[in-house]
Amino acid sequence: MSHDHNDKVIASVEAALAPLRDGMTILCGGFGLSGNPEALIKGVVTRGVRDLTLVSNNAGNLGKGLALWLRAGIIKKVICSYIGGNEDLHTRMASGEVQVEITPQGTLAERMRAAGAGIPAFFTPTGAGTVVEEGKEAREIDGRRYILEKALPGDVALVRAQKADRFGNLRFWRTARNFNPVMATAAKLSIVECDELLDNGAIDPDDVHLAGIYVHRIVHVPEHENAFEFRTVRKRGA
Amino acid sequence: MSIQPWTTEDMARRAAREIPAGSLVNLGIGLPTQVADYLPQGHAWLHSENGLLGMGPFPYEGDEDPNLINAGKQTVTVLPGGSTFDSASSFGMIRGGHVDIAILGAMQVSAGGDLANWAVPGGKVMGIGGAMDLASGCRRVIAMMQHVTKKQEHKLVGHCDYPLTASRTVSLVITDLGVFEPTGHAFRVVELAPGITREAAAKATGAPLI
Repeated sequence: MSHDHNDKVIASVEAALAPLRDGMTILCGGFGLSGNPEALIKGVVTRGVRDLTLVSNNAGNLGKGLALWLRAGIIKKVICSYIGGNEDLHTRMASGEVQVEITPQGTLAERMRAAGAGIPAFFTPTGAGTVVEEGKEAREIDGRRYILEKALPGDVALVRAQKADRFGNLRFWRTARNFNPVMATAAKLSIVECDELLDNGAIDPDDVHLAGIYVHRIVHVPEHENAFEFRTVRKRGA
Repeated sequence: MSIQPWTTEDMARRAAREIPAGSLVNLGIGLPTQVADYLPQGHAWLHSENGLLGMGPFPYEGDEDPNLINAGKQTVTVLPGGSTFDSASSFGMIRGGHVDIAILGAMQVSAGGDLANWAVPGGKVMGIGGAMDLASGCRRVIAMMQHVTKKQEHKLVGHCDYPLTASRTVSLVITDLGVFEPTGHAFRVVELAPGITREAAAKATGAPLI
């Protein structure tokens, strides 16, 4: 897929998501409910595509975020690292409605990094000698056991950024960065939802977190819920 | 002397003594998180695998940010000198051996240093998260857990029968009964909690104590 890098800003979430098709593999940024592309997630349900393979660290939680896709019944398979208390996924995994592939979190990130960087597979120590090794090639290198993990490319990446310029150079906020940049590199089409849209030049080139070469569509969404999962605080003066 | 197994606070305080000044540490979700309470200010740098180094305490009420969280999805703060990065970089730090110590919760540890901490056979599958990367990537892995299960089953064992997280990785186990070092076929007693005899510890352990 070739893209017009001079014209990326799209007026609406609906228009930005028009290229989505049934059966696609969608990489969706976020760690739990942090750094989620909230408007794009809702927009995919409205878009009406189904039989999706979702790649996400958690696939939602507390009925929020990507739990919307689970509830809408549009997911056929989830590739994630952690389910935890995500009851929407537990029930659908148990019923067989959704197939679940659990991957160590670092392997999940690295499989997408590899996909974006033209590396078809890599050897990693993570998971060697565990159930993760089952069905995979293993090799001893310099006395240590490694397993071969394959790159994980996507058709579409849904990405949340704090700031984007019109070329698609991105900046992220705190731990909302998580899987967002690596997913943008691994998909044929990367759609970014940004809190702030800036003119080119407004982000100093040295301050860019992800270069716009990996970004194809930008939607400006100023308002977000930014839900808390566990709101832990200290009392003042403590 | 009365028998006083360590409380979780005692265990956390003991684990904190394993952290040299200036080291980079990842504290696992659950019990290990408490270790931070016993580290003097500025003693060590805490890494959180969702993409944060230089993690500080929970924020003051009103300062919490849903996009500044730890790997347990709790709101946290970042200290001066701290940094944020993406998941691939964060796990590169772990896998690449740049994180000095991981203190992880455990379900079983074998005398050979195998760690099982992510799944109970026949139980609900919660997922792996960062456990396997941390257990196989960090330079030194310390396990923290109760010495036996609520049903009094051994958790320090000859061989793990729970699904493994990583093999031959744990260098020290801190339990409510003491501190133990896996040596291959046995656990070496490093320290016992007040009033815990070697006999009592041996009875509670599924592999020889030396």
